[in-house]
Amino acid sequence: MTPLLDVRHLSVSLPTSTGDFVPVIHDASLHVNPGEIVGVAGESGSGKSMTAQALLGLLPSGARIGGSATLAGRDLLALRGKQWNEVRGTDIAMVFQDATSALHPMLPIGKQLTEHMRLHLGLDKRSANRRAAELLDKVRIPEPERTLKSYPHQFSGGMRQRVAIAMALACEPRLLIADEPTTALDVTVQAGILELFDDLRRDMDLSVLFITHDLGVLAALTARTYVFYAGRVMETAPTTDVLMTPRHPYTSALLKARPHAGDAWSAAADGTTARLQTIPGIPATPASAGPGCPFAPRCAFRQDRCTDAPPPLLDIAPGHAAACVVQPDLGEVPA
Amino acid sequence: MSILDVRDLQVEFRSRSRGTVRAVDGVSLTVERGQVVGLVGESGCGKSSLARAVVGLEKHSAGQVLLDGEPVTPVGWRRRSDHDVRMQMVFQNPYGSLNPRRTIGSQLRDGLRTPASRTDPDGEVRRLLDLVGLDPATADRYPHQFSGGQRQRIVIARALAADPDVLVADEPVTALDASSQAQVVNLLVELVAELGLGMLFISHDLALVQEIADVTAVMYLGRVVEMGPTAEVWADPQHPYTRALVEALPRISAQPSLPVSLRGEVPDAARIPSGCRFRPRCSQAMDVCREDPPVVSRGAAWSACWLGDQIPVGAPADASEGDAR
Repeated sequence: MTPLLDVRHLSVSLPTSTGDFVPVIHDASLHVNPGEIVGVAGESGSGKSMTAQALLGLLPSGARIGGSATLAGRDLLALRGKQWNEVRGTDIAMVFQDATSALHPMLPIGKQLTEHMRLHLGLDKRSANRRAAELLDKVRIPEPERTLKSYPHQFSGGMRQRVAIAMALACEPRLLIADEPTTALDVTVQAGILELFDDLRRDMDLSVLFITHDLGVLAALTARTYVFYAGRVMETAPTTDVLMTPRHPYTSALLKARPHAGDAWSAAADGTTARLQTIPGIPATPASAGPGCPFAPRCAFRQDRCTDAPPPLLDIAPGHAAACVVQPDLGEVPA
Repeated sequence: MSILDVRDLQVEFRSRSRGTVRAVDGVSLTVERGQVVGLVGESGCGKSSLARAVVGLEKHSAGQVLLDGEPVTPVGWRRRSDHDVRMQMVFQNPYGSLNPRRTIGSQLRDGLRTPASRTDPDGEVRRLLDLVGLDPATADRYPHQFSGGQRQRIVIARALAADPDVLVADEPVTALDASSQAQVVNLLVELVAELGLGMLFISHDLALVQEIADVTAVMYLGRVVEMGPTAEVWADPQHPYTRALVEALPRISAQPSLPVSLRGEVPDAARIPSGCRFRPRCSQAMDVCREDPPVVSRGAAWSACWLGDQIPVGAPADASEGDAR
């Protein structure tokens, strides 16, 4: 299958006030197939959001970009200025963490939903309104017609996120990038939004690049996962493989530090209390990392050679690759 | 006697447009020394209002907060009494909790209360930093020189400066990354055990509470609907709301599945449903749920639900009349 989104060896560095460049993404390759939800996991500063911004041409001006990124054959990194308008919203749309700031507080929902439909699709007011109502229905908002006349503050966080998703879907994008879309929501509401993403994938064959720090959300929704650390892809595989048989010490450490009850990895899967396993030190950033593996200073399996050169992404099993030269035995999921 | 005893606490807010909103409506709970009591619930359920009222940042409209048997006075213009200072709070945002223009050593010295601190305040500051796992030599630094997790450690050290008996932690690790989250949570749990503190740990993250709390209380719309030893509440939740929260947690397993969503949202506290407050969202709601639910005990745990399978304790006398209204 030809991937819809194909990113190869992407590197990004940003200019600083002193004229230097700080690296934020190192040699990251990832792809999304049509109708696939792909997860990008990582802590803050791992470069996961920066990757999304690079794909939408939203990097700060002066950023240095290397590698390639194509969407259905179209070279995204070659786009300049107004050319992005043909891509943003129509080919690639984005859903942000904070739906409150993604919506204009003083315009009715209907106006915000129809504006770019009229611009991009050339619809007249009436048909744009009809389509807006259909979209709201699609994201399971009750009484779509009335909602069009309402303002964002009249809705709860979960409903606002549904409106933001409807807005992103308005021009039928080929790819949706969702950056922590459920992080600000309660678990009960989060479950509803995850269900919605899954339904949209099934019904509309939607492709999604889903960025999150929550490994449980990845497990529930995504087919494949990329684990980012300090601007690098540390591990990638089908999500179940990444989470059940991690092959990178960082992934394994993240799983064990996770408090999530009832998980395969939880130290207290039986409902008793226990201590969380911690990762020593603080997360590295691409700028602070040395020449070798950025996780090496915190890694329990570190060897001398780890600090020499950045580890290549090694294939371990079909579709499963990890950037670790040591390949330690990380154990099995506790039975 | 419990170190912290909250009795039938009510917190009300008045506004011109919405009238009086009762954010906390009759919550009772106790925290023992060396015990972690976890309080979970969705946003808007009143858990933060409860936390603020317990430490005295918000005046309560009815009920009592007893610290070591004596009532806590809400914060006012007067200097806090030595008694009230023995309860300290840790907030969600470590960036907003520290003064960016003062060294952390100077900020820690503010709160010192122990006899040892009179003779050697600098030594006491170093002891506190060491206690929370920071290098004592960093006392001369400013907050921006620390990461989020380290700042939260500083905030915890400052809370400990007052030699407290009780810590109230309101979402203390929500703003932190996964790896620092685990470190800070473990630190809090260790301190509770080592120093014999009582801790009220408030979080929207059920899994975290499940992992560290000795007792879990589940709050919905201003009331506690289920409470008991954490293991019991988790292994066999009795209240449909607790069950819904547990089922909504995404889990990692070999056979992944989508978490189960709960319909609707927490209603506005200004328009509280009659009877069981969870009734409009409950999949098992019955006619009888229009009446206030009875408290049903099961061992050391209890829940407030009509579905309770034992003889109701403290049920209203007219309960059998069903949906009279």
